[in-house]
Amino acid sequence: MHTQTYTATHLGDAPVVIDIKGLNKWYGQFHVLKDINMQVRKQEKVVICGPSGSGKSTLIRTINRLEEHQEGVITVEGTPLTNDVRHIERIRREVGMVFQQFNLFPHLTILENVTAGPIHVRKMPRKEAEAIAYTYLERVGIGEQARKFPGQLSGGQQQRVAIARALAMQPKVMLFDEPTSALDPEMIKEVLDVMRELADQGMTMICVTHEMGFAREVADTMVFMDKGQIVEYATAEEFFTAPREERCRMFLDQILNH
Amino acid sequence: MTEHSAPPRVPFWRSPTGRAWAFQAVMLGSFLWLAVSMYRNTLENLKTRGIGSGFGFLHSEAGFRIGEATGIPLPQGGFLYFLISLAVGLFLSRILARHLKARNEAPLETGWFGLCLLLSIGLPTATLYIFRDSVEIAHYTESSSYIMALATGLANTLKVAVIGCVASTFLGLFIALGRLSPNWLLSRLCRWYVELNRNLPVLMQLFFWYFVVFQELPGVKQSIDLGGWIILNKRGLFLPGLVPQQGAWLFVAALITALCGCWLVLRRAKRMRDETGEPGKRLVPCLLLMLGLPSLAWLAGGTPFLLDFPVLKGFNYSGGMGLTPEFTALVVGLTVYVSAFNAEIIRSGIEAVSRGQREAARALAMNERQVMRIVILPQAMRVIVPPMTSEYLAIAKNSSLAVAIGYPEFVSVGGTILNQSGQAVEIVGIWMGVYLCISLCISFAMNMYNARIALVER
Amino acid sequence: MVHDIPDRLPPAATVGVWGWIRANLLCPWYNALLTAGSLYLIWRAVVPFWNWAVVNASISLDPAVAKQHSGAAWGFLREMWPVFMTGIYPAEERWRPLLALCLVLVMVGLTLLRPLRRATWLRAAWLATHLLVFAIIRGGGFTGLPAVGTHYWGGLMLTILLASVAMIAAFPISILLALGRTSNMPIARPFCVAYIELIRGVPLITILFMASVVLPLFLPSNMELDKLLRAMVGITMFFSAYLAENIRGGLQGLSRGQYEAADALGMSYWQKIRVVILPQALRIVIPPMVNNFIGILKDTSLVGIVGLVDLLQIAFATTSNPKWFGRLEEAYVFIAFWYWVLCFGLSSYSQHLERKIPSAGK
Repeated sequence: MHTQTYTATHLGDAPVVIDIKGLNKWYGQFHVLKDINMQVRKQEKVVICGPSGSGKSTLIRTINRLEEHQEGVITVEGTPLTNDVRHIERIRREVGMVFQQFNLFPHLTILENVTAGPIHVRKMPRKEAEAIAYTYLERVGIGEQARKFPGQLSGGQQQRVAIARALAMQPKVMLFDEPTSALDPEMIKEVLDVMRELADQGMTMICVTHEMGFAREVADTMVFMDKGQIVEYATAEEFFTAPREERCRMFLDQILNH
Repeated sequence: MTEHSAPPRVPFWRSPTGRAWAFQAVMLGSFLWLAVSMYRNTLENLKTRGIGSGFGFLHSEAGFRIGEATGIPLPQGGFLYFLISLAVGLFLSRILARHLKARNEAPLETGWFGLCLLLSIGLPTATLYIFRDSVEIAHYTESSSYIMALATGLANTLKVAVIGCVASTFLGLFIALGRLSPNWLLSRLCRWYVELNRNLPVLMQLFFWYFVVFQELPGVKQSIDLGGWIILNKRGLFLPGLVPQQGAWLFVAALITALCGCWLVLRRAKRMRDETGEPGKRLVPCLLLMLGLPSLAWLAGGTPFLLDFPVLKGFNYSGGMGLTPEFTALVVGLTVYVSAFNAEIIRSGIEAVSRGQREAARALAMNERQVMRIVILPQAMRVIVPPMTSEYLAIAKNSSLAVAIGYPEFVSVGGTILNQSGQAVEIVGIWMGVYLCISLCISFAMNMYNARIALVER
Repeated sequence: MVHDIPDRLPPAATVGVWGWIRANLLCPWYNALLTAGSLYLIWRAVVPFWNWAVVNASISLDPAVAKQHSGAAWGFLREMWPVFMTGIYPAEERWRPLLALCLVLVMVGLTLLRPLRRATWLRAAWLATHLLVFAIIRGGGFTGLPAVGTHYWGGLMLTILLASVAMIAAFPISILLALGRTSNMPIARPFCVAYIELIRGVPLITILFMASVVLPLFLPSNMELDKLLRAMVGITMFFSAYLAENIRGGLQGLSRGQYEAADALGMSYWQKIRVVILPQALRIVIPPMVNNFIGILKDTSLVGIVGLVDLLQIAFATTSNPKWFGRLEEAYVFIAFWYWVLCFGLSSYSQHLERKIPSAGK
């Protein structure tokens, strides 16, 4: 049974950057992603939400092959995602990821964290990589902490460094896996500000988050997932004013009115 | 205006510090009383049994055979100059490095680093070469003193300990990698290897290797012969030996210089990679150095070494390098035993690095080698090094079990001296003192390394 | 209205037995090589052992018959296993160690029964059990049983006895050492540090030699120390240093808040230690303590070097008997079995504990 392919028709002719066809994933016998058909266009901001266990993190992790899928085809920037290592590495160069737990390298300085990708993967000379690193560190507001170690920074500062680290690879798409869920409330704003600015500058973003205020402002497309399948796919305006699905309405009620 | 009044004087027996002092005074007093009475008893007992005391007996003649008499370089003449030049070279290069680092933060330029290498390695090597004729290596004989016997025993202990540490680290690394491999069968095999070795006493394993394996080897006439290179029989393991000739010193000096040169080449390649993104030439210069310099030394100085193959003469093999069954059993037994612990340490070190680190590195498109080298291993080393150092200490201490299979290491030789001279207190004191020195040295080195690589946190 | 997509089963090639074999043993290609290599190793190691232990073995009690088989002579173990268990304890008195063992097992069973675990009489009962065990095995004096001197004790009984006594005796010493080391009393602290570092830096064999040879010199000449007692003193001293470091780890793992809360309640030093600090500290370090105990169990094998006949030495003692001369391999298999079962069992228990006990909050 094929579901329709979800695509942002409201963005007109923008080229498709990520194309997911018939994606099915199992953990052992457990069917965790069911028949996902979705397209993400250039400069589109997609926000995926849903109850826990709905498979939203799993979905974006399959895009850069942190999780393997058993059925279906994922194509990123024209490169199909298979077991071929070269394809995987090519895709990972173009797709940046920010994790919930930041995952900064604690034994390297902030600067070394950000230059690790450009130097070792893009094979840049150190000076050039450091220049790029400083640019992005300034953009996220952490320029003066470059010589410190991650253990010396607060959670919000660390997550901003993680964003800079992903940006330093100059990716075409940025994936965010619940970037503010591990932060204390007073630090959430600084990270969301950085993400907002990124969106304004035209980055293609796929974001899994519970921050509905942010989503309302920034998202082009809202995706609601439940039990492994896409239940609601709509523009941000439609989603927040008149969601079609009952489950989605209930979820929004809970999230927005607690 | 408030008046400050002095705090009320508390009676001595009610204040916490007073109590602590009272307790310690009692402790000290009873300890002293115990020490004095033990001392008195000891003197009396020694007198009744006619045993001498003091360390003078160490100069008396030993009169017993030691099966493996490792040569010991005497601290005089060439060897002494070598030690002095080593100390001076290390000291000078450290001062130079520190001075340069203070001036600019970057790592040392190749040229300056080369100078430091020259000072710390080149200078001692050159000194040793110049004074090579005055280096004396003493071997123990039956008429040597007890001190010489103990020194030989210590040399044997260190020999076993160093070989054991190196071999068990490599073996442990292999087993750990096997354990971490995705192949289920290999992983299980390695796990059972570890469980088997960790749960059996080391003495039992030594006995197993010595009595069950090595005594069951064929006799000399039916030795297991691997192409004339490795010969295994009841009398031991025989390997071809290297006999130094005319050109040996020059060859070794050239080899050391070539190694230092390779180190410099690698450093320079890394700097070039930093500056331009492309690594500098590494393979060709290193090959040239490692093959070229020693060849030049061979031409200039004559044949450096001759291979001496063991030859069957009568009832035994002679020539070559013969390793006794005691030595082989001890080294093999200790290596296998400790490798199980090392494998666990390495494995848990690598697994201690959280999954998120690996995922973040993979998300940056690093390949598997880069992930290991840049992210996983540096963090794993911090977890691995402290327990690994205790394992190295354990090898040094467990080598003392050789007394049970008759290998003449430090405790074994000391035991013989104890039986002969009866001066138990002094011998036990020497044992403890020497092992304590070894332990303290290793702990000190480990603490320094730990302090340097500690993760910087708030 | 979006319909729920029904759950499906995953594609066949990725699951099931075949899928598992493919994933874990065969793909990618180097995995298949490793599998082949491992199977070869197993073949080379296991098959000869199987031949020796089962195919060519004999269980006859007659040594002549056993010699005709090229494999193991299990008759040797059938005949000699009591010697492995209790050493040269007189055969007609062997019921006594057995009784002591049953007593201990009963106590262990009672302790593991949850409802009884908190009972205060349990601790008194344990103390009484220890004394009773000694009394039963030793005999003599007021028990009315014939005395069996310590030089008759040996085998597995001696190994377990040494390890347990060392553990029990070392405990109070280690607690004092750990408290001393973490305090800031200027005399006690260096003393504790010196003791711990000295003992941990030297091999056990030197401490055993010290206890056997040097200790008698320290005592007045009319005091004669039993050989077993000297070994026990040596092992206890050795163990106490390592245990003290474990306990110190526990003490330092507790947050300062615990000490401060106890002080705020007005507790004295010893009350604080006994009621608040020690129970928590000890609970945290039970897994490393069990590991240490396993180490001591293995290290008791060294007492053979100072003349006691423990489980390892029994192998030599029994195989030098002309009747079953040279049957070292069978003896080793038996001994290895017991050591392995005890140590592996204890380490499994400690891993089980590690999962159950939450680590200290910081």
